[in-house]
Amino acid sequence: MLNYIARRLINMIVLLVAISFIGFFIIQLPPGSFLDVELQRLRSLGGDVSRDQIKALELRYGINDPFLVKYWKWVERSSRGDFGTSYMTDQSVGERIWGRLSVSLGLSLFALLFTWLISIPIGVYSATHRYTIPDYVVTLIQFIGLAVPGFLLALILLIFATRYFNQQVGGINSSEFMDQPMSVAKFIDMVNHIWIAVVVLAFGATAGLTRVMRANLLDVLNMQYIQTARAKGLDEAVVIWKHAVRNAIHPLVMSLGTLLPALIVGETLVAQVLSLPTIGPMYLDALRAEDMYLAGTILVMLSGLLLIGNLLADLLLAWVDPRVRLE
Amino acid sequence: MAVDATQLPHTTATHVEDVGQIPQWQLMVRRFRKSKLSVGGMYVLIVMYVIMLFSDFLAPYEHNRLDSNYAWGPPSQIAIVDGKLSTFALKQTLDTERLQWLYVVDTDRPLPIQFFVQGYEYRFLGIFPSKLHFYGVEEGYQVNLLGADKDGKDVLSRLLKGSQISLTLGFVGVVISVIIGSIVGTASGYFGGSIDNMIQRVIELLRSFPDIPLFLSLAAALPQNAPVEIRFFMITMIIAVIGWTGLAREVRGKVMSYRNADYTAASVAAGGSHWHIITRHLIPNSLSHIIVVGTLAIPAAIGSETALSFLGLGILPPAVSWGVMVRDAQTIEAITTYPWMLLPVLVLIITVLSFYLLGDGIRDAVDPYA
Repeated sequence: MLNYIARRLINMIVLLVAISFIGFFIIQLPPGSFLDVELQRLRSLGGDVSRDQIKALELRYGINDPFLVKYWKWVERSSRGDFGTSYMTDQSVGERIWGRLSVSLGLSLFALLFTWLISIPIGVYSATHRYTIPDYVVTLIQFIGLAVPGFLLALILLIFATRYFNQQVGGINSSEFMDQPMSVAKFIDMVNHIWIAVVVLAFGATAGLTRVMRANLLDVLNMQYIQTARAKGLDEAVVIWKHAVRNAIHPLVMSLGTLLPALIVGETLVAQVLSLPTIGPMYLDALRAEDMYLAGTILVMLSGLLLIGNLLADLLLAWVDPRVRLE
Repeated sequence: MAVDATQLPHTTATHVEDVGQIPQWQLMVRRFRKSKLSVGGMYVLIVMYVIMLFSDFLAPYEHNRLDSNYAWGPPSQIAIVDGKLSTFALKQTLDTERLQWLYVVDTDRPLPIQFFVQGYEYRFLGIFPSKLHFYGVEEGYQVNLLGADKDGKDVLSRLLKGSQISLTLGFVGVVISVIIGSIVGTASGYFGGSIDNMIQRVIELLRSFPDIPLFLSLAAALPQNAPVEIRFFMITMIIAVIGWTGLAREVRGKVMSYRNADYTAASVAAGGSHWHIITRHLIPNSLSHIIVVGTLAIPAAIGSETALSFLGLGILPPAVSWGVMVRDAQTIEAITTYPWMLLPVLVLIITVLSFYLLGDGIRDAVDPYA
């Protein structure tokens, strides 16, 4: 097992190096540079920038360096834990990303928990009550969940929250709590703000997982050992939860590896609508402003999360299913 | 309800006797017809694509025609006046308190709706120049059956024009990715060895990128001022490039199992060439699977285009797609005061839902012996 993990980790590092190279290449593809965007902004404000100033700025940011030099500078600095300074705000990239990433991670974990807590029981229910009215209702809601884009759902919930709960929405805290230290009141305020985001993020994923859970459980329920379990007089609840669900849950465990990173990056649009301070909108802004160090670092970090998520899912699967361990 | 093949009750109903006697495709059609929702989805899509073909003819106005007299104009009222189907002129006043345009229907000024009128010039099916439009009202007035947006552009005309991009972009993107995925997947599964190993490494690398950020960064790299055709083509390619890996993996799995089947061994023993085995045995067997995966990938691709356009990285105005229209509907103000701005979202949901239902039905149907 340790051998396996070690091999996977080495493979991951090789992949991350390749990803950083390709990712950085894509991100610096757009013609022009951050400096052009910045100069345009300065000029539109009425200020003029002299030729010498431009030269100095170009030198400072290494704008005219060839691609490989830029890439090497970035990698070399990153390996020292210094992710560079964002062009946009002159803040350290590491600091900015961690602030945002923690919000993203928190939101996604909540959404994940929500997804599992809802989709497993509902999936089990609709499999054991096949072709009943609740089953049809669940199926219909699943399809709607797949078809309604998340950002639209966010918009609709926003309207409801503002109109009927008279609630200030958007962001993760009301303005009066913005600069205060964490307290019970602030926490409650936060929960009031993020429930929409959690529900929206979880809805699409819940629809998909419920469907998978239902289909798998139906397959398993046809197996002979289930018949045996019933024949020997076991309680139906034990048959379902101990014998059937345990064998039907594999794909859910496997999907865990992709679901968490998918939730983290999938919130880009939702976060845009709800103006949440998460990593998605930040990545988007960085791309638009051609802030390539910031965008590149986020891309590599998200890839890293994806790889780690997949590894964790495989380990979890080995833990749930003894048969996987043998291979 | 659309259900998985395994879930259908194993009724020994009407047709079972002749299962061994009719061709497989007829069995598939028969099974497909059984799921009413999927058939419904198919009909909805057929209607949509036919409307798309005639969209320029059906649209009364050019999609970017501005008319400040109709800014945020409500959907036109229709009535029969003097035996003619008519709409009415609108009186526009400004509500100075809430800074909104108010519209009053002027019932003294009916505007008969004329059919087969001359309007802006377009090319029917992209080939035949024409000026003929299905309906319109007299010059100087506008009929907005589904309301107008903030510049007084006719929402129906924009929906129709937008369908030309929204209904084709995702579709073409998926077709390209299916072609790439099938070729690469078949090669990988059939030849195995070092070719397989190399292809699998490439796929693994591509799949290690989180797809939405990769998608966004590729789209951000597109030239901003390229003509809409070029942008359309490039976004299609992005969808294809990101989408093919999953399909290639699945096709590889299928091909590997068919490769070890007895009939393949028989073909090899009889001296069949690689080309013959691949095109005669492997591809036809994987085809149904490929079609299912493709159909289910289209709604996701349509969603991607919408998301990109919504973020301002996809199709850009003055061109119009449903995603561009959804972008106009992203404020609470627009939705609560002018609910017709949500129509593109509705159309989008119906399209995506229909594709999912269709794909679900095909998936059940391709295994008609189950």
